Amino acid sequence: MANFAGYRRPYPGTQPAHLHPAYVSSIKRAPAKPLVPMPQTLTEVTGPVFGKEAVDTKACDLTRQSSGEPLGERIIVSGRVLDENSRPVPHTLVEIWQANAAGRYMHKRDQHDAPLDPNFPGSGHALTDDEGRYRFVTILPGAYPWGNHYNAWRPCHIHFSLFGPAFATRLVTQMYFPGDPLIPFDPIFNCTADEKARNRLISSFDWENTIPSQALGYRFDIILSGRDATPMEK
Amino acid sequence: MSLQATTSQTVGPYFSIGLTRLKQDNLAGPGVSGERLTIEGRVLDGDGQPVPDALIEIWQANSHGKYAHPEDDQKKPLEEGFTGYGRIPTDDNGRFRFITIKPGAVPGPQGKPQAPHIAVSVFARGLLRRLVTRIYFPDEAANANDFVLGLVEPERRGTLIARKIAGQAGALEWDVILQGLSETVFFDCGL
Repeated sequence: MANFAGYRRPYPGTQPAHLHPAYVSSIKRAPAKPLVPMPQTLTEVTGPVFGKEAVDTKACDLTRQSSGEPLGERIIVSGRVLDENSRPVPHTLVEIWQANAAGRYMHKRDQHDAPLDPNFPGSGHALTDDEGRYRFVTILPGAYPWGNHYNAWRPCHIHFSLFGPAFATRLVTQMYFPGDPLIPFDPIFNCTADEKARNRLISSFDWENTIPSQALGYRFDIILSGRDATPMEK
Repeated sequence: MSLQATTSQTVGPYFSIGLTRLKQDNLAGPGVSGERLTIEGRVLDGDGQPVPDALIEIWQANSHGKYAHPEDDQKKPLEEGFTGYGRIPTDDNGRFRFITIKPGAVPGPQGKPQAPHIAVSVFARGLLRRLVTRIYFPDEAANANDFVLGLVEPERRGTLIARKIAGQAGALEWDVILQGLSETVFFDCGL
């Protein structure tokens, strides 16, 4: 088979452990046995490819998914998708979902006593451009209570799902907002040992993309696993 | 100076809002060659309880052993209409089911072909990062020499091999047991 360079393994401490008891749902769901290390093969360095046909170009604006306008504070969330070698990841699918301004998800299992917003289904997607850039128009999601521990509240966040170029680069994460007082108390945010790695999940306020009289901007760059310099097979 | 990959976070309980659009539980459309298979099973937690908020994603080669991806430069045919990708949420009883074709063999380490397999990612509330596993096939002689299966203790290999469902042609069963004595083998292949 052709020689290929695999994708890098994460830097120690920068990814969560599977078991993080403070996040109660992990206790019965995290594997108890150690993972079996394996080399990446052709299976892992390839992965699904989504082209323009898989994308609705209007889906990057979550405030225009209905006939009316959603309630809440309009925001622009944009950034770049790069790999660990600082190269842009072009034409890759980014999927997002989030709660509405009141902190309620449009989902049958979300029983939080806060209003649903018929004009805010809460999902969007986009392909990155040639330079790895993406941009969503949405509303600031609300914080919401959950049952993890006494008086537990999730900080405001947006879920992100990315594929990148390979099975090995798949990433699901959450983006947080700067200055949110709930962040230090959130066991999901805190599941990663490395403080700098955690803090990179917090977007930054973005004047450049703030639209006068219209919407505040937040910037969130996403880094996917990058190619190792050395080919794995000689 | 290199960057570090963004930290993974759980999909949480409400991922269907964002991830249902690309649901794909039938990869074996008209014109796709290969042996039709239905693979079904359950995702179970450490108490044996079904996990109703899990998502399975699969990635596989076509029946010729070719991935629909630019990096696969093997001289084997691609098939229009076969992407090799599936996304299947579990139902209220933790069950999932998808239709596909048996993949052909693809190259593996040491220049040897791998036994036919499907790569699987498992996401769920409670999983802070995805779990990676594989589905292999019963009655497959190549399993005995498969490099990746060979990395697994013999007594745990069975968790990676789908079982035939008696009396139903082309029906296979394969469960994801997240934790416990018969825990599914999960791999560390990077992120």
